[in-house]
Amino acid sequence: MDKATFKIWRGDADTAEFVDYETEVSEGMVVLDAVHRIQAEQANDLAVRWNCKAGKCGSCSAEVNGNPKLLCMTRLSDLPLDEPVTVEPMRAFPLIKDLVTDVSWNYKVKEKMKPFTPRPPDAEDGTWRMEQVDIDHIQEFKKCIECFLCQDVCHVLREHDLHDAFIGPRYLVYAASLEMHPIDTENRLEELKNEDGIGYCNITKCCTKVCPEHITITDNAIIPLKERVVDEFYDPLRRLFKVFTG
Amino acid sequence: MASYETFDYDVLIVGAGGAGLRAAIEASTGDLRVGLVCKSLLGKAHTVMAEGGVAAALANVDERDSWRVHFADTMRGGQYLSDARMAELHAKESPERVRELEKWGALFDRTQDGSILQRNFGGHQYPRLAHVGDRTGLEMIRALQDHGIHQGIDVYMENTIISLLKTGDRVSGAIGYEREKGRFKVFAAKAVVLATGGVGKAYQVTSNSWEYTGDGHSLAYHAGAELIDMEFVQFHPTGMVWPPSVKGILVTEGVRGEGGILTNSEGQRFMFNDIPELYANTTAESPEEGWLYTQGDREARRPPELLTRDHVARCIVREVQEGRGSPHGGVFLDIAWIKEKLPNAEEHIRRKLPSMYHQFKELADIDITQEPMEVGPTTHYIMGGIRVDADSQMTCVPGLFAAGECAAGLHGANRLGGNSLSDLLVFGKRAGEYAAQFATENDAVPIEESHIEEIAQHVLKPFDNPPEGDNPYEIQSQLQEKMQQLVGIARSQESLNQAIEEIKMLCEKAENTHVVGNREYNAGWHTALDLDCLLTVSEAIALAALERKASIGAHSRDDFPEKEEPGAGKYNTIIHKTDDNTMSIRREIVPELTDEQRQIIEEMG
Ligand SMILES: Cc1cc2nc3c(=O)[nH]c(=O)nc-3n(C[C@H](O)[C@H](O)[C@H](O)COP(=O)(O)OP(=O)(O)OC[C@H]3O[C@@H](n4cnc5c(N)ncnc54)[C@H](O)[C@@H]3O)c2cc1C
Ligand code: SF4
Ligand code: SF4
Ligand code: FES
Repeated sequence: MDKATFKIWRGDADTAEFVDYETEVSEGMVVLDAVHRIQAEQANDLAVRWNCKAGKCGSCSAEVNGNPKLLCMTRLSDLPLDEPVTVEPMRAFPLIKDLVTDVSWNYKVKEKMKPFTPRPPDAEDGTWRMEQVDIDHIQEFKKCIECFLCQDVCHVLREHDLHDAFIGPRYLVYAASLEMHPIDTENRLEELKNEDGIGYCNITKCCTKVCPEHITITDNAIIPLKERVVDEFYDPLRRLFKVFTG
Repeated sequence: MASYETFDYDVLIVGAGGAGLRAAIEASTGDLRVGLVCKSLLGKAHTVMAEGGVAAALANVDERDSWRVHFADTMRGGQYLSDARMAELHAKESPERVRELEKWGALFDRTQDGSILQRNFGGHQYPRLAHVGDRTGLEMIRALQDHGIHQGIDVYMENTIISLLKTGDRVSGAIGYEREKGRFKVFAAKAVVLATGGVGKAYQVTSNSWEYTGDGHSLAYHAGAELIDMEFVQFHPTGMVWPPSVKGILVTEGVRGEGGILTNSEGQRFMFNDIPELYANTTAESPEEGWLYTQGDREARRPPELLTRDHVARCIVREVQEGRGSPHGGVFLDIAWIKEKLPNAEEHIRRKLPSMYHQFKELADIDITQEPMEVGPTTHYIMGGIRVDADSQMTCVPGLFAAGECAAGLHGANRLGGNSLSDLLVFGKRAGEYAAQFATENDAVPIEESHIEEIAQHVLKPFDNPPEGDNPYEIQSQLQEKMQQLVGIARSQESLNQAIEEIKMLCEKAENTHVVGNREYNAGWHTALDLDCLLTVSEAIALAALERKASIGAHSRDDFPEKEEPGAGKYNTIIHKTDDNTMSIRREIVPELTDEQRQIIEEMG
């Protein structure tokens, strides 16, 4: 069996460093397999999150050779194994230990957003009628597995640390899934403009590139939301209309 | 003295999958204080992985469907060992539970007229599974999560409950540790709902994650609750077999629902060779008829690929054993062939089965729109579990409830696909409702501190054990190997006795596991603690498998191929802990059906 070297970030918020581990690798392995093998054989207390091992739960987010990735969907055969593979935690969130970061901020952001609020049911049995074509685009947003890789890569959070002023791409996708939901009646444009800080996004599209669910975050979610915000608050005609209607 | 923080609740829910979330939502409708504890982050529980759909007789696609047909299908699938009252409640209430999800923001795929679309699945007479492509579980858990976070429920993520606390006969709370710092937390509660999911990690090849170590089963057992029908472990017929690192990952039954066929190395569609009596009248006679069924032809009968999971799994094992397997020890599952039938087949497959498409593309370099997959059985689900009252979901321990995969009764000897997600909703709701009622009607009982001290000492022991003690990962993998070999799809008296011996030995070893590092996010320590639960459920499965001297549903005994033991009647196996701390097993005859239930089964059986 072949061997490969993994440089894994070890430590906690106070001190941490890369530690080299050499381990056996075989056909079809993903980075998470290698991390697990190292955990079982050489570093029993190594901290890593995972659940499904099939790209469905969004638990195993980390950075492999500097790229935000799901560890369970990153195949070793796609990496150059003649040099060490670096595995480190997401950098936009505080480190707890080794590969595990404190992502609780994300959960708090969601809690503050206005929940889904449906119109009264269309039918007597309490259900709604919706055409498939009208929900296709929201179903795209709803593929999100909350891996937070897009949050990790967005410079507004990662470099400028604006966690208090900007909800990040994941929650813009979430807002889009609610705002564009055919039966939702809530209006979230005011929040999007102010508390949620949609204006901080300057459409670099880095988030879209890393999304393991291939959600076109920027084009399909963020830009249409920005347009709605503009229509609502900066469209002169609409403003005039508002003046008259109060 | 161990140090710990104490939290006070009316209702404590252990587990944040579909069942736990649904229970928490229900329990919080009044003004009770509800706590929810889970081992992973919120939204990552197993429910998120469910693919195919949630079964409910909405009759949106075929108006002939009704709760009566769903009830009959569930009973037949479970080989009439299910708790009929549970099967009835489940069939009656699941449509409402599914509809309610749309009120909370879920969005299922639509029919032409804009209502919830339903698909075919094994053992269901009509198209019955509401779904969202092949990511139904994600939609469901997200709807529950996003609704739940606004209900005033306190959520403790990455906390693991290690023991229930009892005062006298009643449950008085639970103790756990938080992953991050390893500190203890004590939750005082008037009622506790277990919703911890399954036991798949007891086996080597499984579709289940690290969380599935049978915690709820074991917590309940040690607290004096009964476990029933633990021998019934579902081996899903189609898991990935190659490459080795993904072995066991699920390939949804939805592939077969959409027209996928199983073939062997000789290119033969072997499922046509063996059709059980019970299903002879409802199975297609020709491949063409089967295809028409998957395309919604109401006169056609289902293809044999959609027979119940236990049967399909056994047929696959037989093909492999008789030398007609695929290169990596499975058989072929082919959906690409539908090109012969549909003009836009490739796009159709990608749209209907998007996550299967990606899973194979990314993990196995296989394009399922072009070539067949290789698949084989994988440990998937446990039908057996904590015994509960059908209506209230309460165990025999006052104040202790259970729902979802860790509870038992609905599925009998074999679960139909899609019947788990609906189970979570129907009985999660009921458990939450009745736990809240119990908490309202009963005062809190004080927690006994000495008990906490004892537990804390036991839990910290792996740090103090001598370094020559075993590595917990090593013991876990030995257990998985033994369970796979000896308590897997084919069992015998000899293999089961041997398994029980091996488990005893591993229990002794587990007493002495040694872990390195400190209490902070220490995976080795967590694995050591999980072992207690894994060993308890493994013993229960082996013991129950030994007790049932027959081959029925998911349980197959090489030495007893008949479906029933002469003269034994239909019975459930029941396990409980005796006063001297040993596991004891007994049988109870399955209760009589009501007249109405019998009539439905006679009509539709
Ligand atoms: C890959 C896959 C696909 C599936 N597809 C389908 C399908 O299409 N249709 C269908 O009906 N069923 C399907 N199933 C089965 C179904 O998904 C599960 O049976 C169901 O989701 C279990 O839900 P639950 O709420 O009981 O538990 P889970 O969703 O597993 O949740 C268990 C919860 O308990 C917590 N927990 C466990 N132990 C402890 C502890 N000691 N302390 C604190 N918390 C704890 C966990 O952290 C988790 O939050 C599938 C299963 C798998 C694995
Ligand atoms: S497109 Fe916007 S949200 Fe996405 S990474 Fe760039 S700045 Fe961040
Ligand atoms: S939008 Fe994509 S990258 Fe962002 S959290 Fe969701 S799945 Fe992950
Ligand atoms: S473990 Fe679930 S996405 Fe990687």
